[in-house]
Amino acid sequence: MSDHQHIVSSFDHDLETIQAHIMKMGGMVERAISDAARSLETRDDDLAEEVRGRDKAIDALEEQINEEAARVLALRSPAARDLRVVLTVIKISASLERIGDYAKNMAKRTSVLSQMAAVNGSPSALRRMAREVEEMLKDVLDAYIQRDMDLAHEVIRRDLDVDQMYNAIFREFLTFMMEDPRNITPCMHLHFIAKNTERMGDLVTSIAEQVIYLVSGSFPDDPRPKSDTTSVDPDLAPKGSH
Amino acid sequence: MFDAPKFAETKVTNNDIKIAARKVQVYYGDTHAIKDVDVDILDKTVTAFIGPSGCGKSTFLRCINRMNDTIDICRVMGDILIDGEDIYDKKVDPVQLRAKVGMVFQKPNPFPKSIYDNVAYGPRIHGLARTKADLDEIVEKSLRRAALWNEAKDRLDQPGTGLSGGQQQRLCIARAVATSPEVLLMDEPCSALDPIATAQVEELIDELRQEFSVVIVTHSMQQAARVSQKTAFFHLGHLVEFGDTGQIFTNPKDERTESYITGRIG
Repeated sequence: MSDHQHIVSSFDHDLETIQAHIMKMGGMVERAISDAARSLETRDDDLAEEVRGRDKAIDALEEQINEEAARVLALRSPAARDLRVVLTVIKISASLERIGDYAKNMAKRTSVLSQMAAVNGSPSALRRMAREVEEMLKDVLDAYIQRDMDLAHEVIRRDLDVDQMYNAIFREFLTFMMEDPRNITPCMHLHFIAKNTERMGDLVTSIAEQVIYLVSGSFPDDPRPKSDTTSVDPDLAPKGSH
Repeated sequence: MFDAPKFAETKVTNNDIKIAARKVQVYYGDTHAIKDVDVDILDKTVTAFIGPSGCGKSTFLRCINRMNDTIDICRVMGDILIDGEDIYDKKVDPVQLRAKVGMVFQKPNPFPKSIYDNVAYGPRIHGLARTKADLDEIVEKSLRRAALWNEAKDRLDQPGTGLSGGQQQRLCIARAVATSPEVLLMDEPCSALDPIATAQVEELIDELRQEFSVVIVTHSMQQAARVSQKTAFFHLGHLVEFGDTGQIFTNPKDERTESYITGRIG
């Protein structure tokens, strides 16, 4: 943030309030990811149910942030960095809301999976992936509040690891499904969870891009690195199907 | 190729330099009011000068039609060229220059004459009309350009001072454009007007830029953002930053510009 205060101090107050709400929302989403992943690994139905119930509060906070942003635009006519603060809170809250939805979906599938036989090893791999995304989210929120571009760039790079974890999990599920057709139903659910977690990483990356825009006034030049190859690599398709 | 619509502010196709200032210094006695200002102002473009009170923006504006000549203690150094010609050259007649470089002031200041005579004054003294019919035509055209014709056409013989504030300001704009100037300088033209009259003047400014190079000094940053394509930020006599209006208001390069436009103590 700029070192100087606004002459109109209530303007500072409004901008601080709206950013405090982003941080609060970020904290709730972090907790949703972590609890959803834990409920998946420990087959904890009650915790999964709780995660699903808490999503409403995240959605409500997004709506509140958007209303506050509209008020600041209408009443304060922000310019330059102040304008970028308002534009980025709108986009970041939308990304956080999507991440919250994916966490809720993970919890929903957890409730379904807990009715089925467990698939060995996979939930802990998924939890590691979720933990990495959660860490990235925590760091990107720190980067946001500290206006730290270097940390934002680092978060973008770490999305590569998440993509690679997803590739590995994808291969593993293919193997399980080929070994035993009874694995297909749980593996399909688990695969959706993995894919959604990978998407969470992408959304965290887009928050990092907003941080870079907020600080520098322009978006990063280099297209974000991609290493989810499952959609382009035919070798990953099940054998005999091509 | 698809020709994408553009924002009004970015629709600057003209790159002809109308006014070129080089190393301009202005002193009021010992006070150094303008320091080393270099700027190129484009033709058929609205350029806004913004900055805190006393930053020199009005002083610089008044250099462009030599209004500062009327102040004894004021000295102007450096070069100001319009179409490549030095306006401070000894051969230049300031009265002729001011016909070419019109000016509109903060407070509407119509002459205590009829609406018609207010507009006809400039063309008369500069001998721009040979017949009464010529003059009638200039008056009508100028009032139309200033979007005042419909309101004034039935009361042309009534005093200009009887108009409302917004109408008076448009009358002053009509008076300024009546001599067919090439540059129009406006020193806070809307600060005494209500929002409706302000919007009318702003709409007018946008139309005037089809024909003139318009330079406007304003304290309203929203107004600068709305009407101009180029913005210059002055601070303590320096031209701190000059660029496309969109860039100045979304991503200024200089910390001082940022502090000023975001309403911080700079």
